[in-house]
Amino acid sequence: MIRVVLPAHLRTLARVDGEVALHVEGAVTQRSVLDALEARHPMLRGTIRDHVTMRRRPFVRFFACKQDLSHESPDAPLPEAVATGAEPFLIVGAMAGG
Amino acid sequence: MSAVRVLVGTRKGAFILTADGKRKRWDVSGPHFAGWELYHLKGSPADPNRLYASQSSGWFGQIIQRSDDGGRTWFTPGSKPDDLTTPQGMPKGESNKFVYDTSPESGRPLTTHQWYDGTQHPWEFKRVWHLEPSLTDPETVYAGVEDAALFRSTDGGQTWQELSGLRGVKGHHWQPGAGGMGLHTIVLDRSHPERIFGAISAAGVFRSDDAGETWRPMNRGLKSPYELPDPDAEVGHCVHRIAMHPSRPNVLFMQKHWDVMRSDDAGESWHEVSGNLPTDFGFPIDVHPHQPDTVYVVPIKSDSEHYPPEGKLRVYRSRTGGNEWEPLTEGLPQRDCYVNVLRDAMATDSLDPGGLYFGTTGGQVYASADAGNRWAPIVRDLPAVLSVEVQTLL
Repeated sequence: MIRVVLPAHLRTLARVDGEVALHVEGAVTQRSVLDALEARHPMLRGTIRDHVTMRRRPFVRFFACKQDLSHESPDAPLPEAVATGAEPFLIVGAMAGG
Repeated sequence: MSAVRVLVGTRKGAFILTADGKRKRWDVSGPHFAGWELYHLKGSPADPNRLYASQSSGWFGQIIQRSDDGGRTWFTPGSKPDDLTTPQGMPKGESNKFVYDTSPESGRPLTTHQWYDGTQHPWEFKRVWHLEPSLTDPETVYAGVEDAALFRSTDGGQTWQELSGLRGVKGHHWQPGAGGMGLHTIVLDRSHPERIFGAISAAGVFRSDDAGETWRPMNRGLKSPYELPDPDAEVGHCVHRIAMHPSRPNVLFMQKHWDVMRSDDAGESWHEVSGNLPTDFGFPIDVHPHQPDTVYVVPIKSDSEHYPPEGKLRVYRSRTGGNEWEPLTEGLPQRDCYVNVLRDAMATDSLDPGGLYFGTTGGQVYASADAGNRWAPIVRDLPAVLSVEVQTLL
């Protein structure tokens, strides 16, 4: 199972506590993980990536295994530790005040 | 027993203030959607338990929320747990999907507007500024958005379609004001069900008489010598707010960037009624619920000094449909007050005597249960207030 950690505001929106565990078919990439996340929680569509372009929203970041993966290709494989569930995939609101 | 429900949108969540018809003791519920900007909340005139809310964030974008129980519980339309098991398959989560219509079928693939520097700039959706539920159908609701356009949902907010004819009315001349380029006012006319007024900063007032298909600019008589190269331009005026009394739908009142204006022909022409106001800059304008010639504004010092003149928070009331104004001060701070009152942050109830409410950027919500003669704060320390709407529950 893939483990996803949502920022607090999106946990509230999706009505989940703690991590989200997802089953992902095939290659484990940003795109496949987000597709699975949005299929489970449709209210998250448009909040992490744009509804139409499917590009990451500017103030959202993706972290895993102490790396910033935000600028990686959406179709690049995520680290093995994420694919095996050893490490979570973190969706983070950028430090931008507020 | 009558009651009042005040829906308050703030920079950091929504609050619901309720009282019985005496409007003396208030219950405060919130923050709802804590930490998010709530530009606007409004109830359906056809079903007071049906509320719509615009929730947005610089991080996570636009969310539409809906309540079917008067604000006790909320959900994103189309994404309730029950919706997730329908035979039609998984929902598409499109309640927050606002996509401009650039299809060839519409004939209006309009894609740019004027930018601050005078160049053309692509239309980019940012947020919903204003939600206006239909007067008769709880499932139908209009959304005024930034960058300025009008959207409509006929399925309770699950999906949205742009009424793109509006942007066809010289949209390339529209431009953002200091607060962005938003469609902030939507006025529906019960006596003309196909009629919609929309007001945009900075484009002006527009009217449709065919339920939003086609539109005409309604800006004759507006003068903007300090904002536009042609002060009498057909579009481009920074209209801040318009208001109508339902019993007299051909009479409209407007708070423009500068100038308080009046139309007696459903927007075809306007004349100034600023009269003896200490300044005719401001944002909100509203009409008394039972007296169509009684109008309220909150004068603000200037476009670069967004606070009341002399540090005195004063609502001004005209009982003559404009020109002659009196200050209403009892219960409002009359020294050292430097808050603003935003365009969507004033509303009335329909009790007798009529109640008037407004919220400030300092987080106060003031109420008057006697049409403005005396005021008292319901709450003093909310986040900056973006919008105030009132439901009268009979």
